[in-house]
Amino acid sequence: MSFSRATYLPARRPPVSREGVSGWLRQNLFSSPGNTLLTLFALYIIWLTLPPLLDWALFDAVWRGEGREACLAEDAGACWAFVVAKFGQFIYGRYTITERWRVDIVFITGALLLALLLSERTPGRRFIAAFALFVYPLIAYVLLNGGMFGLEVVETSLWGGLLVTLVVAVTGMVVALPLGILLALGRRSELPALRFLSVIYIELWRGVPLITVLFMASVMLPLFLPPGVNFDKLLRVLIGVALFSSAYMAEVVRGGLQAIPRGQYEAAAALGLGYWRAHVLIILPQALRLVIPGMVNTFIGLFKDTTLVMVVGLFDLLGSVQVNFSDANWAAPQTAATGYAFAALIFWTACFAMSRYSIRVERRLNIGTRRE
Amino acid sequence: MSEKDSADTVIEISGLNKWFGDFHVLREIDLIVRRSERIVICGPSGSGKSTLIRCINRLEEHQSGRIIVNGVELNNDLKHIDQVRAEVGMVFQSFNLFPHLTILENCTLAPIWVRRLPRAEARELAMGFLERVHIGAQAHKFPGQLSGGQQQRVAIARALCMNPRIMLFDEPTSSLDPEMIKEVLDVMIDLAQEGMTMICVTHEMGFARTVANRIMFMDEGQIVEENAPEEFFNNPQHPRTREFLSQILSH
Repeated sequence: MSFSRATYLPARRPPVSREGVSGWLRQNLFSSPGNTLLTLFALYIIWLTLPPLLDWALFDAVWRGEGREACLAEDAGACWAFVVAKFGQFIYGRYTITERWRVDIVFITGALLLALLLSERTPGRRFIAAFALFVYPLIAYVLLNGGMFGLEVVETSLWGGLLVTLVVAVTGMVVALPLGILLALGRRSELPALRFLSVIYIELWRGVPLITVLFMASVMLPLFLPPGVNFDKLLRVLIGVALFSSAYMAEVVRGGLQAIPRGQYEAAAALGLGYWRAHVLIILPQALRLVIPGMVNTFIGLFKDTTLVMVVGLFDLLGSVQVNFSDANWAAPQTAATGYAFAALIFWTACFAMSRYSIRVERRLNIGTRRE
Repeated sequence: MSEKDSADTVIEISGLNKWFGDFHVLREIDLIVRRSERIVICGPSGSGKSTLIRCINRLEEHQSGRIIVNGVELNNDLKHIDQVRAEVGMVFQSFNLFPHLTILENCTLAPIWVRRLPRAEARELAMGFLERVHIGAQAHKFPGQLSGGQQQRVAIARALCMNPRIMLFDEPTSSLDPEMIKEVLDVMIDLAQEGMTMICVTHEMGFARTVANRIMFMDEGQIVEENAPEEFFNNPQHPRTREFLSQILSH
């Protein structure tokens, strides 16, 4: 029997039931009796929990007030008045009130630089990145710490709130990434001494809890330093956090390096590219985009771990919130819950933003390597 | 093979031995390649043919014997290795294009960073070679958007952008669909006709017959037979060669 096709079949649309709102519902929520049951159960749970939550957070909440009286009502919800009154403390800690504008400038320029860097359409991103990495930290340091250009010195022991959270987190991230890359390369190096040192560094820092690192940095380190030599507690914590997270970052980056096929190294070598050029131009750009989820995961973890600086007497956002619970003027049943909710909201917003941004970057970078 | 003018010699391999662990993968290889020669190496898998050409640009290290490429001996001197690699182009079985760079960037990368060519000049050079392998229109696409045959032609153009004196081909058509093998072979034949010195590891016997000056048959890490193509196919001397040829030509 022989057959020869006269015409090719054209492509057709999928069956209707898979399209539109009803199609989506049928496919995702009610595709089987079991699924339908789960959907109904989930709706029931939402119905049980959502209204009371909204009542507490919005409808019964107290928004205005000068003190605890406003929040003492029988069935009052969240005491947002507390957050409003203490907002300055949550953001700046005990930073001298008349000097808070300096923090504002650092925040605003930082946010501006970040926005410019994150958008793909900004011209000259390379120069902005260089500025953000090398010049901005100096400006930020001079502004925050003072002692130069007639600026009054504000001791780091006065710093607190979101300021400390951001300083610790951003420094940790900015130092951890390059250091982590170098450590990952060191661990894969063909030079035994370098490899050995990298392994020791990574395993040492990864094997110790961050709390221990912080205690070591703030309590034990001064014992080893000669008397009279002492440096800032915040600085010690910054160094501890940066070194700690670079060990994690190193392992994340190493995972990416291992996923690059041998052929890429060989093609680079065959073209005459040496070790550094091959890594900077060929290997790292690919390896780093493979591990974006892992890197962001580490960043998010680091951001939340900054709350641990409380144990050595630094007051980050959460610490500043907690300290204010003891203010008798605001002693009300819902004060603590509201404070925690506020801190959680800030942390969640920052972490969620990082997560969404990483997804966007992944999508954009995948355009090139995707087939079609 | 008579000794010709040694100034014409571009690759000189003598007494080459290499081991992978305990496995003696290359045994006492002697090979002299003169300018504009086209050599095809064939043999069963595991015979060491890929390893041999990978030794020529030091992707594999040899344990004994000498390899001299363009008058530079390959040893532990990194400068020598760089010198040799800049003059030897290589095309791989799995293309090994850089997936994060466009076709054009794949081609300009080494001229810019190794040869220190100005960007505009490198771009012009690359476009010239891309046109030559009939892929100029795709210059701004990424490797993942091209077919296997197109990718392999880009890989050839990328190697040519370094203006190499020698081209090594490591089974360039083995991972291609049948419909794409021809477009790659056509480019290679073109290159051969221009007088490029080429060493090809391939099982494309039609290509070997039309292009090669010499065909070498390898088995168990050694050169078993070496001859001009007509003699090699019509009158193979060694029983192992006859067996191999009957296997691959029987279909």
